[in-house]
Amino acid sequence: MKAFTKSWGPALALLIFAIGLSFLMPFNLAFLTRILIMVILVLSLDLVLGYAGLATLGQAAMYGAGAYSAGLFAIHVWADPVAGLLVGAIAGAVLAFVSGLVLMRTHGLTLIMLTIAVAAICHEIANKARDLTGGADGLRGIRMDPVLGLFAFDFVGKTGFWYALAAVSIVFVFLALLTRAPFGLSLRGIHESPDRMAAIGVSVYWRRVTAYTVGGAIAGIAGALAAQVTQIVSLESFSFTLSAEALIMLILGGTGRLYGPVLGTFIFMFVHHWAAANDPFNWLFVIGAMVLAVVFFLPKGIISAPKVLTRLGKGGRHAGS
Amino acid sequence: MTLVLNIFVDGIAYGMILFMISVGLSVTMGLMQVVNLAHGGFALLGGTFAHWLAQENGVPFWPATVLAVVATVVISLPLERIIFRRIYGFGDLQQVLATIGLTFLMIASINLWQGSSLLSIPLPETLKQSVDLGFRTLPVHRLVVIAVGFASILGLWVLMDRTLFGIRLRAAVDNRGTASSLGIDTDWIFMAAFGLGAGLAALGGILGAEILPIDAYYPVRYMVLFLIVVAVGGMGSIFGSFIAALGIGLLETATRYIVPDFATIVFFIFVIILLALRPQGLLGRVGA
Repeated sequence: MKAFTKSWGPALALLIFAIGLSFLMPFNLAFLTRILIMVILVLSLDLVLGYAGLATLGQAAMYGAGAYSAGLFAIHVWADPVAGLLVGAIAGAVLAFVSGLVLMRTHGLTLIMLTIAVAAICHEIANKARDLTGGADGLRGIRMDPVLGLFAFDFVGKTGFWYALAAVSIVFVFLALLTRAPFGLSLRGIHESPDRMAAIGVSVYWRRVTAYTVGGAIAGIAGALAAQVTQIVSLESFSFTLSAEALIMLILGGTGRLYGPVLGTFIFMFVHHWAAANDPFNWLFVIGAMVLAVVFFLPKGIISAPKVLTRLGKGGRHAGS
Repeated sequence: MTLVLNIFVDGIAYGMILFMISVGLSVTMGLMQVVNLAHGGFALLGGTFAHWLAQENGVPFWPATVLAVVATVVISLPLERIIFRRIYGFGDLQQVLATIGLTFLMIASINLWQGSSLLSIPLPETLKQSVDLGFRTLPVHRLVVIAVGFASILGLWVLMDRTLFGIRLRAAVDNRGTASSLGIDTDWIFMAAFGLGAGLAALGGILGAEILPIDAYYPVRYMVLFLIVVAVGGMGSIFGSFIAALGIGLLETATRYIVPDFATIVFFIFVIILLALRPQGLLGRVGA
């Protein structure tokens, strides 16, 4: 029981926090849902970047693939939300696997450039295939059936919020189990020393491809969720800005842990929302200053703040004695 | 035939702009091992100063250009001292985050000062005139861009290969510790190299304003383009950046002429093939 509290306690606290927020901000459910969707995207990036150590700035490629395929699936085939999420996950995984076969042979700046290039190509294809995707106007006309045949999507976004919260919880638990499983540990090992992992007989290349594919599937779920809840898919789903923002949220919160991305996403989205609402022209000052402050004072992300503060407190006592 | 010549002239002019802006990025990435996403910000600063001087204060084009480049260098030096110096020691991701933060601050500052509209830099009459090349007419401006681009690669080559500063810089790059124990002031060398890169970026930004228009979001919009030049050329290689910038300039111009509908797709597919085959870039050192 104690071990259970220790490993799942913070997750439950976060869940209660999210539910509490929904009662505190009943008229901002769309915003909260948006945060939850970003949490899924940033979690997928954490698996790829924080655990497997693959630097990427193109996670939006899989997010967009999930969004467009889920949207098209809902319009042309079947409007069931859960089936749509599966389609989005498959689309993200397939794109990640195919591109990963080439991408995972490179590293560093080259890898970053290639991931950007893949997202840019997807963006351009979605833009040009106007008959299918609606091009720059976005994919419209997505009408979802009720979730599990029971909960219809409503105007306030109540269903959307609970649906997204359920999806986040499932993804979080899945990742928590995956990162503690031998596979997750081997990813950590690859991150820290690919040579040693190769020496003990791990196929580093295929582990990387697998991690990238699983990350792609999760990013696809995030995209599919966004398509279903907002009922529109825009070209922005493939944008470089989305990938870059997801990266900022991840590093802001702290990589290589699951609570870091959740925290980073919440803080970034709230600061962004608050700053942009107060001063639509100068909110970049606030974001820029926040990012710099975190890098300089909390290099391991906001999640390390309590530890750093304790050390600071202890240091102060030493200095005094 | 005319098509080929058109692609050639436009592509080279475009490539020269890319080279001037990116070479500083390549040098800082190769020398200091810092992923500087804020580099495009120096081109933005240069362009904004030139806009402010020429458009709002009526300073003639060339003096405005010189003053704007000087102003950018003057701003870049303390930035290097105060902020970038600390960033060199960070991990890759922290560097990316820190320089993105800096880019945001630069964008926000320019936005506050000049607004988010297009910042045009009026060209003098002499540059607006056209010259007849036989197969087409071309603004003098493009020829000047090409000439300045060649002058800067030549100048950089002389600087790196023939001067004491170049020798010290290369020594500091190869092994900072040894260089500094031989009495080379590596701090100063790095700062000078950083300022030089920022100045060239400003010059490229001003001269290239006709091709890559300047506004507050300039550094984010073209960040990927500049990074691709560095990745393709190979980090730290000045000559590699030159080849890559010309190649990318020609490639992008060619795709725009020949397959205008699929220019972006074809362009990125070429970049992917090239980087998949040569991950260290055209002239990058293996393992560097």
